[in-house]
Amino acid sequence: MPTPASPTTRSRPRQSYEGVALVAPASVPYQRYSTQTAHWWIARALRMALDAAGLRSGDLDGLSMASFTLFPDTAVGLTQHLGLSPRWLDHIPMGGAAGIVALRRAARAVQSGDADIVACVAGDTNHIDSFRQLLSSFSRFQADAAYPYGYGGPNANFALLTDRYMHEYGATREDFGRIAVSQRDNALRNPNALMKKPLSLQQYLDARPIADPIALFDCVMPCAGAEAFLVMTVDEAERRNLPYATLEAAIERHNANPDDPIQLRGGWTVDADQLYQMADCTPQDIDLLQTYDDYPVISMMQIEDLGFCAKGKAAQFVRDHDLTIDGDFPHNTSGGQLSAGQAGAAGGFLGLVEAIRQVTGTAGPTQVPGARRAMVSGFGMINYDRGLCSGAAILKGNGP
Amino acid sequence: MTTPLRPPPKKNPERRTLSPTIPPQARSRAAMGLTAAAAEGRFAMQVCGECGAVLYPARDACNKCLSVELSWQDVDPRGELLAETTVRTSTNLYFRERAPWRAGTVRLDAGPIIICHIHGDVPPRARVVMTNRLDRAGQGVLLAMPETPAPDMEDDPQLRAMTSDPKLRRVLIVDGRSDNAPAIAKALHKAGATTIFVGEAEGWRPNPHRAALQAVPGVQVLPLDVTDSASIRELAGEIGGKVDILINNARFIRPGGVLARGDTAFAQQEFDVNVMGLMRLAQAFGPGMCARTADGVNSAVAWVNILSAYALVNMPEFGSFAASQAAALSLGQSLRGEFRDSGLRVMHVFVGPTEDDWHQPLPPPKVAPGSLANDLVKGLQAGLEDVYCGDVAKELVARFRAGPKVLEREMTMGGRS
Repeated sequence: MPTPASPTTRSRPRQSYEGVALVAPASVPYQRYSTQTAHWWIARALRMALDAAGLRSGDLDGLSMASFTLFPDTAVGLTQHLGLSPRWLDHIPMGGAAGIVALRRAARAVQSGDADIVACVAGDTNHIDSFRQLLSSFSRFQADAAYPYGYGGPNANFALLTDRYMHEYGATREDFGRIAVSQRDNALRNPNALMKKPLSLQQYLDARPIADPIALFDCVMPCAGAEAFLVMTVDEAERRNLPYATLEAAIERHNANPDDPIQLRGGWTVDADQLYQMADCTPQDIDLLQTYDDYPVISMMQIEDLGFCAKGKAAQFVRDHDLTIDGDFPHNTSGGQLSAGQAGAAGGFLGLVEAIRQVTGTAGPTQVPGARRAMVSGFGMINYDRGLCSGAAILKGNGP
Repeated sequence: MTTPLRPPPKKNPERRTLSPTIPPQARSRAAMGLTAAAAEGRFAMQVCGECGAVLYPARDACNKCLSVELSWQDVDPRGELLAETTVRTSTNLYFRERAPWRAGTVRLDAGPIIICHIHGDVPPRARVVMTNRLDRAGQGVLLAMPETPAPDMEDDPQLRAMTSDPKLRRVLIVDGRSDNAPAIAKALHKAGATTIFVGEAEGWRPNPHRAALQAVPGVQVLPLDVTDSASIRELAGEIGGKVDILINNARFIRPGGVLARGDTAFAQQEFDVNVMGLMRLAQAFGPGMCARTADGVNSAVAWVNILSAYALVNMPEFGSFAASQAAALSLGQSLRGEFRDSGLRVMHVFVGPTEDDWHQPLPPPKVAPGSLANDLVKGLQAGLEDVYCGDVAKELVARFRAGPKVLEREMTMGGRS
C-alpha cells in the first residue's frame, strides 16, 4: 500500500529533545487480581520512582497520569489524593500509546521550563470482573457497532485483522508463536513477570481457541500493576548522579490511514522516516526493540512499519531472527505484556520503562549486552475496527 | 450448509430452564437509527446530506466533510466479507451461552466497513448481502447473508436467534371467531408451526370458522374469552408453558365516533376487548413466556398484536374504535418495555380496513384475511417489530411520518377533501 502524502512530509523541521533526561524507571510487581485501587498502585509506582531518584513528592512540579480504573477521579483528583502541587498536569487516556505520548509531552514541558521534574505514571488495578466492566464502557463505536456482534472484546477485533493479515501476507500461526515463545523465554528472566512457566511452540499451537485464529497464548493476561519514570533536565540528572536516557526522537499519530478497509498497518507508516531522521540513525543502529504486543500480529505490524523489514515480511523476519534477550534481535526483553501481564494503561509504559533500564544498564537479569540505543513503540485504543493511537521513540544511554 | 432444525425432545421437567439473557443493548442515540430501520426490515445507513458519503458506525458528524446533516437512507446492501472470526468465549452471558459465534468485517459496496454477524452459509471472503435485524435485545444489528439462498438457511442458529420464526414452534391464536383466524392458522402451519392453539369464546354459539380451523393440522380449539379473566387464567394454566408465539387477533369494532352513538355501550365493549383484553392476556401469558425465551428450539419468541392502522391517527368514521386501537398500541409499547429484559418481541401488525362486514361501506382496497396472514407470518420469519399490511396501512404510515398534523387534518375532512 502506498503511504499517502501526509502533513508531516511538508512540515517544518522538528526541534530536538536535547537536554531532556529520563530517569528512575519503576515497575510495581504485577498481580493477577488486586483488592487495591488504581490510586494505590499509582502511589506505589510514584514512590518507587521518587525513591530511586532520591526525591520527595514535594520536589515534583509536573505529573502525567494514565489509568483506566481511576474513575471517578482524574489526574486532578489524584493531585489532592496524593498531596502533589504540580504546575504542569496531564492525563493521557491513550492506553497502549500512553507511555510514548506522556514522554513526548513531558519532555517538551521540561525542555521549555514549564516544569522541572515531571513524573510520568500509569497504573491500573484489576478486580474480579473489572475487565468486563472496563470493556462495557470503552467507547461509543465499540458499544454501538462492535460489542453486539459476539462480544469477543479486543480478542475478536484483533482476530479479524489477524485473519486478514494471514490471508494477505501468508503469515502462519507458527510465526505468531515465535513471538510469544521468545517473549516467554525473556519473561523467565524477569522476576516480576506473571508467567513463570516455559512455553513451547507446540503448546502455543495446541492452546485453547479464543476467537479464531486467536488462541490463548495470543492474548495478554489482564492484571494489576503500575509503571513510572521521571523526566528532568540532563543537568539535573547529572547533578543528582542518576543514570539517565536521552530522547533522540519520538512520533505519534492518531487515526492514521483511515481508508484502509482493515488495519494491516499503523500510524508509524506515516511518521517512521521522520523518527529515524530526527534520531540520525537507521533500523540497523537499534540495539533492542520494545513493541506494543497486545497480540503478536501487532508486534509484526510494528516490525514492518518501523522499517525493520518490508511490509508483509515480518513473518519471514521472525523466522530469520532470534528475538530473545541473547538473540540477534532482542525484542520485548521483559517478556512484554504477553508474558509479564497487561496492567491496563501501565501496559503502555511497560516497554518504555524497560527500555530506560536497558540503555542505562540497569535491567539486571534481562539486560541486553551493549544496549545503547532502544526503540519503543506504542499502540492503543481499539475504537471500532482498529487501534487508533500509535507512537514510537528512540532512547539512548551509556549502556551497561 | 445449515443443519435443518429437528423437533426438540419432550422437555425434562426436572431440568432447569435456561434463564433469559440478552445481548448488549447500550447504544448511542444516533446508532438507534439502525434499530428503527430493523424494526420494519429495512437496510439503512447514515448518509451525509452534503457530500453524500455513506457512514458507519453511526455518527453525529460526517467524517469526510464535518457536516451534521446526516439522515438514515436505504442503501445497496451488497458487499464483500474481508475477514472473519469465530468467537468461542465471551464475558457476555448471552454470547457465552451461544458460542461459537461467527462475526466478520464486510466492506459494503457503498463504502463503509461493517463488523457484523455472519450467516453460516456464507463462504470465507465471499460476496454477501447485508440485512438489518433486531437482536434479542431489540436493537438493530447487521447480519451478512449469502448472495444466493441455501436450503434450510432460516435454521442457521445465529439467524434464528434474531427472528421469531414459527417453524417448530407452538402458537396461540386468541380469537377463533375472527374472520382472519383460519387464514392465520393455515399460514402458520405452512411455516412449520407444530401446534396451533385457537381460542374460542362462548363455545355454545356456532362458529362458522370452526370446520376450516379444525382442518388445519396441529390446530386445537380451546375455550378462551378475552373479556373474562377466569377464562384466560384457566387456559394459561393449561397451555401457558407451551405458547411460543401469541397472536392477539381479538377485536370488537363498530362504526361511529362519539356523536353518532347515543351512549358508551359499544365503546365499553371496544375497550374491554381491544384494550383490557390485551392487558388480561398479557398478565396471564406474559410472565410465563418471558421466562421461556432461552428454552431451545421452541423457546418463546413473540407477542403479536393485530392493530388497525388508525391506531396511528384517528379516523372519525370509526372514531371510537380507532381510539381503542391507539390505546392498544400504547399498551403494546409498554409491553415492549416490560418484556425487554427477556428478549420476548412484541410485533405490531398494522392493517387498513379489512374485508369484513363492518368495513362494508368503505371503498377498496381492503385487506383480505390471506394477505394479513401472509404478512404476519413473514414478519415473524423476519423478526420484525412493525408490519404495515396492505396499501392503505403503508400509505397511512408514510403520510404519518411526513407530517402527523397534516394527516390529522386530512383525516378529519371526511369525504370533503
